[in-house]
Amino acid sequence: MADPILNSGDTAWMLISTALVMLMTIPGVALFYGGLTKKVNVLNTMFLSLIAFAITSIIWVLYGYQFAFGQDMLMGLIGNPANLLFSGIDVNSLASLAPTIPSTVYIAFQMTFAAITIALISGAVVGRMKFSSWLIFVVAWVSLVYVPIAHMVWGGGLLFNMGALDFAGGTVVHLNSGIAALALVILLGSRKDTTLLPHQLGYSVIGAALLWFGWFGFNAGSALTAGGLAGSAFIATNTAAAAGLISWIIIDYLKTGKPTLLGALSGAIAGLVAITPAAGFVTVQAAIIIGLVTSVISYTAIAWLKPRLGYDDALDVFGIHGMSGLWGAIATGLFAAPFINSLGTGLFYGNPGQLTTQIIAVAVVGVYSFVVTMIIGLAIKYTIGLRVEPKEEIEGLDTNLHEESGYRI
Amino acid sequence: MKGIIAIIRPNKLDDVKNALEEIECHGVTVTEVKGRGRQLGVTESYRGSDYRIDMLPKTRLEIIVKDKDVEDVIQAIVKTAQTGDIGDGKIFISSVEEVIRIRTGERGDGAV
Repeated sequence: MADPILNSGDTAWMLISTALVMLMTIPGVALFYGGLTKKVNVLNTMFLSLIAFAITSIIWVLYGYQFAFGQDMLMGLIGNPANLLFSGIDVNSLASLAPTIPSTVYIAFQMTFAAITIALISGAVVGRMKFSSWLIFVVAWVSLVYVPIAHMVWGGGLLFNMGALDFAGGTVVHLNSGIAALALVILLGSRKDTTLLPHQLGYSVIGAALLWFGWFGFNAGSALTAGGLAGSAFIATNTAAAAGLISWIIIDYLKTGKPTLLGALSGAIAGLVAITPAAGFVTVQAAIIIGLVTSVISYTAIAWLKPRLGYDDALDVFGIHGMSGLWGAIATGLFAAPFINSLGTGLFYGNPGQLTTQIIAVAVVGVYSFVVTMIIGLAIKYTIGLRVEPKEEIEGLDTNLHEESGYRI
Repeated sequence: MKGIIAIIRPNKLDDVKNALEEIECHGVTVTEVKGRGRQLGVTESYRGSDYRIDMLPKTRLEIIVKDKDVEDVIQAIVKTAQTGDIGDGKIFISSVEEVIRIRTGERGDGAV
């Protein structure tokens, strides 16, 4: 760990990384999801990300960060909040988990992670969820699911103390959002028209490219310093994304003989998701394998598993973030190389125990996320209801919920 | 007088319009429409799932001509809108009982 003295290079890099991760949610996720929906739902889809970012921003400074990263209490489940409402946080204090940058920068960086995690879930529910229910869900989910999981894995809680590795959020962000998405769509039920016919794939190209770009802040920023580890995480991230893209294209070729652009985007994002927990622990060679394998896993989940189980995950949040996040967390236990990062030694470098720890972490996060999301969802379903009226769903949410339309031509 | 409705590929509209101008057929109403023919559309694949898109975008032309000009208009459209592939469209001819030019109140062939 670096000396507890402010380093302006680190601080500058972390400020940039924070802004990069913010860019992933709006416009990144908003455009990626917006392009994939029907044109009558494009504004509502983008709005879900936008409002998620705003609500999380407020929660995080008032109490979210404090519970997630406070001194451990309640058997590793949650932190003890010492600075509620942002009181007592000195502008010149240094972050305890990143002692070369100010606390304020660390808090802001972590805030962008919480925001994108909840925004990712919106992709599963587009086209049928009430906007008012989404607002309540965001508040409840960030408070009761994201914050405890962030504490357990990153903030000195249960899984952190077991030695679970999650460099930038394979379990906290991706597995968590994917599993929560699954729980929520089980409660919501299927859309009346379950086809995925993107109304403007061009938006999705821009959105996915912004996600890829922002992911450098997400993963290389998670080094928390501007140094070799950040560089290693950066190159591993890009490598896995490229491998994931190529892998999905190969699957497209084998299955239909034609490569698809949406397949390429999906593969790149699956690669980015899978490398996230591993980014600061693995070699470039491992990043290639992680990227190549992850598209096979996500493709199988989307094209094979989803139709058989019958859940309506509209934009495949579980298929891509849940499944690739799961694989990434396991792969970290396999490929973590001690010469990249002394904190991680995986199975292939002689430490089978790490794989066991990773599996336990995945199981704990998965079960916690699913159960608590179900409880939140059920509470909303039986009070104000989760779903819009059939008429509103058929005519589109933009005009019915917001009195706006995306296109006037 | 005859009414001609032609359903063509949208990307052939400019060619057809130019061909009609060459035979001095200027009056035309154009609408963007969707529809399908015997082939029942095309297939698109998204994330490994195939979807049949059976309502394809087409362009609909409405032209009213004097009886003697019908064949020339048909030939102009067929010649320019034809690719030989499935989905080139169709032309429908029907009789028109009366034509009135609103500006002048003129009727019949003179109003076409």
